[in-house]
Amino acid sequence: MSVLVDHFDVFAGGFWLTFQLCILAATGALLVGTLVAVMRISPVPPLRWIGTAYVTVFRNSPLTIVMFFAAFGLPALGSNADFLRIPGLTSIFSRLGIDLPYFRFAVIALALYTAAFVCEAIRSGINAVPPGQAEAARAIGLTFGQNLRYVVLPQAWKSAVVPLGSVIIAMIKNSALAGFFGVIGDLSNSAQNLTSALGEPIIPVFIGVSIGFLVMTVPLGILLDRIERRRAVAAR
Amino acid sequence: MSQQQTVLYDAPGPRARRVTLIVSLLAVVGIAVVGYFLVYRPLDENGQFTMEKWGPLIDPNNEVFSLVWARLREGFIATLTAAGLAIVSSLIFGTALAVLRIQLKTLKQRQFVGLPTPAAWSLRGLGWVLNAVTRFCVEIFRGLPVVITIFFVASALPDLGVDLGDILWYLVIGLTIYNGVVIGEILRSGMEGLPGGQREAAQAVGLTSFQTTRMILLPQAFRIMLPALISQLIVVLKDTSLGFIISYEEVLRVSRFIIDNLENPIQVYAVVGAIYILVNYLLSKLAEYAQRRMARARKTRALPTQAAPPSVMAQADSSAAAS
Repeated sequence: MSVLVDHFDVFAGGFWLTFQLCILAATGALLVGTLVAVMRISPVPPLRWIGTAYVTVFRNSPLTIVMFFAAFGLPALGSNADFLRIPGLTSIFSRLGIDLPYFRFAVIALALYTAAFVCEAIRSGINAVPPGQAEAARAIGLTFGQNLRYVVLPQAWKSAVVPLGSVIIAMIKNSALAGFFGVIGDLSNSAQNLTSALGEPIIPVFIGVSIGFLVMTVPLGILLDRIERRRAVAAR
Repeated sequence: MSQQQTVLYDAPGPRARRVTLIVSLLAVVGIAVVGYFLVYRPLDENGQFTMEKWGPLIDPNNEVFSLVWARLREGFIATLTAAGLAIVSSLIFGTALAVLRIQLKTLKQRQFVGLPTPAAWSLRGLGWVLNAVTRFCVEIFRGLPVVITIFFVASALPDLGVDLGDILWYLVIGLTIYNGVVIGEILRSGMEGLPGGQREAAQAVGLTSFQTTRMILLPQAFRIMLPALISQLIVVLKDTSLGFIISYEEVLRVSRFIIDNLENPIQVYAVVGAIYILVNYLLSKLAEYAQRRMARARKTRALPTQAAPPSVMAQADSSAAAS
């Protein structure tokens, strides 16, 4: 068990980096996912097709392949994902600014992959809004954009919170894959280093890494349970 | 979905149709321009569209074509083997876990009134402890990334002196732990969501608690949760690709070898990704179909029983079963 104490800084640093990755990817996924969801329900057919194609592709391919594409495809496109080096952001999330692009690639892959699931969660929320609401909005002459903005989305948001939360939890768990794709120093990469390079015993390292992930996933899960239960009571 | 779409905006008149058409054309042109300048041009400049890169994958006359596809087929068979084994074992494990948790829950509620006080108390304590332990394990393994579980199963088991010989089994065990727990929770919530009358009626005709779970609750939970189960099976198939981190020879690792020799990562991953997408897409369609069928079955069954008086119940049921 001494490895937990001796290498506490490694675990803490790994947790911090994974946490940063999750925050950035979750933000990106929510933005892209909302956009795709709006595209999927828009009156313009080509936009609908793009939205549907996006969701079909990203929901059905393993995250591993998306990661591979980010790691091999983006360089082939001549991009080092430098557009993520946003001036203010790099001072908080220092990994975004460094020359090695793998952290940025991981953020992009995770965000794009999760966005498809975010889109589906939001769409399920929109479907849960009673049709009468949208009909009433149309009857008083709101356009599609106004209808979404003032009537449908604010209500869809409410019933989408719980599915969105499960999507984010799944994303946190998926972020463990980043350590196997060149991101140095996150939780799963630290686990590999400690066990294979430094030859530390496996079980304590496993416990340490598990705690790192459970600290993020379990409270979020409990929070979701509570929201869900409170809503069930309110609905009754 | 289509119903929701018509609700969100009016049936387009001539003007709205014109606007939609113009916006559609603009969108198509915009996408084409963006695609050309941001994707096609850089890829073309890098020579990603040459036959040299694509040939081994799509040209049957290419000298390595059959070799590449033979390797890919091996890889896919390995992937499907792991996925199949993981699916079967996690279904078994998940069902057992769900039954265990339901049983423990009823055990926790039992008072053991017939027994002397110390025995009753210790049995109740035991039930409580077992319940807490299973709950704890479920929460832990549900909250852990499956990558981490696989990675540590593959490194910890040999360390503890358990040598399974084939890497396949470490992957299957890792996948089973995670997905079994998830499937267990799906089934458990399915059983707990059933109307309370089901359990009460089963107990009233004298079934024991285990018989109730096995014969009454579990089959219904399977039926209700079928769509969720199928989507979980898609997750298993997708997660099989994580085998590459413990160097299991599944399709992505095979692709790695091909790429090392031919240096065409984008092309190989595009082909492999397309196959994955196709298979998973078909599976998700199957889930949708199951869901639709079940919704229909429930509707046809509910109507006659509500409308018909008890005397014609048997008749109505048989006609519903026939339809």
